[in-house]
Amino acid sequence: MLEVKNLSKTYDGGMQALKNVSFNVKQGEFLAVIGLSGSGKSTLLRCINRLIEPTSGQILWDEQDITAASQDEMRHIRRKIGMVFQHFNLVTRSKVITNVLAGRLGYVNPILSAFNRFPQSDVAMALDQLDRVGIKNQAYKRADELSGGQQQRVGIARAMMQQPTMVLADEPVASLDPVLAHSIMQHLEKINKEDGVTVLCSLHFLDLVHRYADRAIALKEGALMFDGSPDKIDDQKFREIYGKDAERIG
Amino acid sequence: MKKSPALLKSVVTGLVTILTLIIFAYGFSVTNVNFEETRSERRLASLTRILRALAHPKIFDYTYETLNVEVPFYLGCPEGGAAFPEVDRSGAFILVNAGCAAPKETITVEGHNFQENSSGSISFIGISPEAPDGVPISIGNFQADAQGNFKVEVTLPNRQIKPEPQALRATGQIQVGAPMLSQESKVTWDKIIETVFMALLATVFGTLLAVPISFFSARNLMSEVKSPLSNISLSLIGWPLGMWLGIKTSKFLANLLMPLSNSFLLVLAGTLVFPTLGFFFAKWFLANQNEELEYRFRKRLINLLYTVSLAALALISILFASKLLLQIGAYLTPNKDVPLYFLRKFIAQIGDIIAMLAPVFATLVSGGIFGGFFAQLGQTISDRMPAATAKIFNLIVTPIAGAAVGILILQGLNWFYQFNDPAILFYLPAGIGAALGLTLALVAAPKQPLPIGIFIYGIFRTLLNGTRSVEALIMAIVFVAWVGLGPFAGALALGLHTVASNAKLYSEQVESILAGPLEAIQATGANRLQTIIFAVVPQIIPPYISYTMYRWDINVRMSTIIGFVGGGGIGFILQQNINLLNYRAASVNMLAIAIVVSSMDYISSVLREKYV
Repeated sequence: MLEVKNLSKTYDGGMQALKNVSFNVKQGEFLAVIGLSGSGKSTLLRCINRLIEPTSGQILWDEQDITAASQDEMRHIRRKIGMVFQHFNLVTRSKVITNVLAGRLGYVNPILSAFNRFPQSDVAMALDQLDRVGIKNQAYKRADELSGGQQQRVGIARAMMQQPTMVLADEPVASLDPVLAHSIMQHLEKINKEDGVTVLCSLHFLDLVHRYADRAIALKEGALMFDGSPDKIDDQKFREIYGKDAERIG
Repeated sequence: MKKSPALLKSVVTGLVTILTLIIFAYGFSVTNVNFEETRSERRLASLTRILRALAHPKIFDYTYETLNVEVPFYLGCPEGGAAFPEVDRSGAFILVNAGCAAPKETITVEGHNFQENSSGSISFIGISPEAPDGVPISIGNFQADAQGNFKVEVTLPNRQIKPEPQALRATGQIQVGAPMLSQESKVTWDKIIETVFMALLATVFGTLLAVPISFFSARNLMSEVKSPLSNISLSLIGWPLGMWLGIKTSKFLANLLMPLSNSFLLVLAGTLVFPTLGFFFAKWFLANQNEELEYRFRKRLINLLYTVSLAALALISILFASKLLLQIGAYLTPNKDVPLYFLRKFIAQIGDIIAMLAPVFATLVSGGIFGGFFAQLGQTISDRMPAATAKIFNLIVTPIAGAAVGILILQGLNWFYQFNDPAILFYLPAGIGAALGLTLALVAAPKQPLPIGIFIYGIFRTLLNGTRSVEALIMAIVFVAWVGLGPFAGALALGLHTVASNAKLYSEQVESILAGPLEAIQATGANRLQTIIFAVVPQIIPPYISYTMYRWDINVRMSTIIGFVGGGGIGFILQQNINLLNYRAASVNMLAIAIVVSSMDYISSVLREKYV
């Protein structure tokens, strides 16, 4: 169970990205985070694994206070939180398998990993994960030889290598075409349903929210606007979240 | 009243024009622009001479044979004058306008049928009973024209008058055989090879040092390094302590192993046993390194002990290896005449380098181990203690750390300035350091992470900028004083300059990497070292290769002139030739430089295109 309490983030320039955001996520839930670009979705997700330091507020995860964790503890916590990115964030000059194995970095011996030495079991697991997303045959190619959809699958395989209990997906399909978007979302759904992994996923398209999410929260200018079932987002709610000139697409 | 913008604009334009004129007038004045000189006959003549010499590089040379042509000549005219002797006009011959003359008198000598454009000398051959073959006295030179003729006036020497006929001799030179490489070309070849290798060594070793430094001077990596004060203070104490222990240990071990080094078998055994021991120990240690978040001081202390023993094993292995290489090298090079002497000597040289680096290794590793241990302790204090306890801890430890740093800085400065006064060396810096430390501990919140990374970044950047602003040419002067004239000094100077310039260029590449992969690797729970190896290194390899090649190119160019200050390479003889006004030889040197630099340029651009 993830509890976010009164979370605020003000950037150095004075930009207030999150204002007093509070919500809970149950273990195994698929939560969609929606809102306009710049509404604070990415900041929120990055505050949860503290890639961005929150200014105030508390994040409790299974009773453990993430916001108060020391650097060493934080590394430990991050191992259990996988992350998938809009721009995949692969190391494009490295091989696919190396990118996937990077997901084990929090677990393996730091000194051996510095020489790119991973246990055999981890290599087998990496190939398994690649198999699961259907690109096992690309394992020894360079990551930049892959197409966008394939790269995002590598990103998912990397996150799954962490054997996470929660996955943060920051607009995982925003750089992909609609067909690929569904295929990627189905992978996330599979992780959520089969492995019981909590998924927090920020999304742009409402039809994806309706199709995949158990619950949705909406942010507007850093403040929580909506928290509930995706079905409850009617036209009026939609205008509140996206502004009164917005029109629904998709 | 509002001013017309057009008027204002034209006034500004006028002022700018006047200012520009003044700037250039002043520039002409301080740079001594002097067009009178450029037109003067004398200057033009010397310009022409030098340019023509430079246009005739002495690449090829001929074997010369000397040609002596003599005519009998009376010094002091005999009674009734001297008859003109018959001259054989079939080969080269000379004619004199008089058959006899008094000492110190000027006569005209004409030569014919000499080799075109050849030059030579004219001498008077004094014949005496002691020297029946004659003693030549040089009295002038000649330069034959395109037809092989010359006509010069020479003054006879002040010698005793003799009734017997003596002689005048013209000594010319004849080119024989095909052209061959001149002595100058051979020297140039030797030196240009020296130059290229000087640049190669400087680039390789400079780059090896520049790479780690570049990470410390990259803003994006360092700005994330933040530590609470207790961590910083304790590591400031831990690092010097560890470094001191490292120096002492490496000296102690080196002395301890000294008596063993006479026996080859013992050294061989040591070189085999200790690394094996170290390897298995390391393997065991890494396998038993189960990660524990819970901080147990006893456990950390035992870990420290293991790490220190591992480092000591590594140090002993290094020392044995260096001894072994030195012995093998000495055995293989009984004298300089053995074949492949340079390869055999290289073995001993590697041993020597390892022996020199061993204390450096010990110092850095030991500093790192102890610094890390203390930093961890400090981090734990900040993480687990209540804020008030941490504050009290900081108030005690930070002044001690400040005092330690102050004393260390003054110890370093003392080497330069030799204060040798305990007040300046100890009390003053300790006082100032402690006061600064205390202020910091009072001001800083006990658990607030301080941006120590940016501070280190600033120090590295300042040092790099300072070093980079000193030209390699000037560094070479210092290194010549240290290691003597020659290419080694030049290579060291270029190497140091390479470190400074490339570390800066590299760090800018690190700063421009994509942040995405960095973020992704961090999110997996990787530590800082892992993040650098997995997210930063793959991204910077292509620009690093590109800059290294560019630097080799620059170093080849620089090494051509580093010899001007005694740094070896082709610049050394280039300067010599210029000073000796031997422009034709200088021209050969310059030609070689041009060929090497342009081919380097070509090769590096091809390689860069291929691999980057």
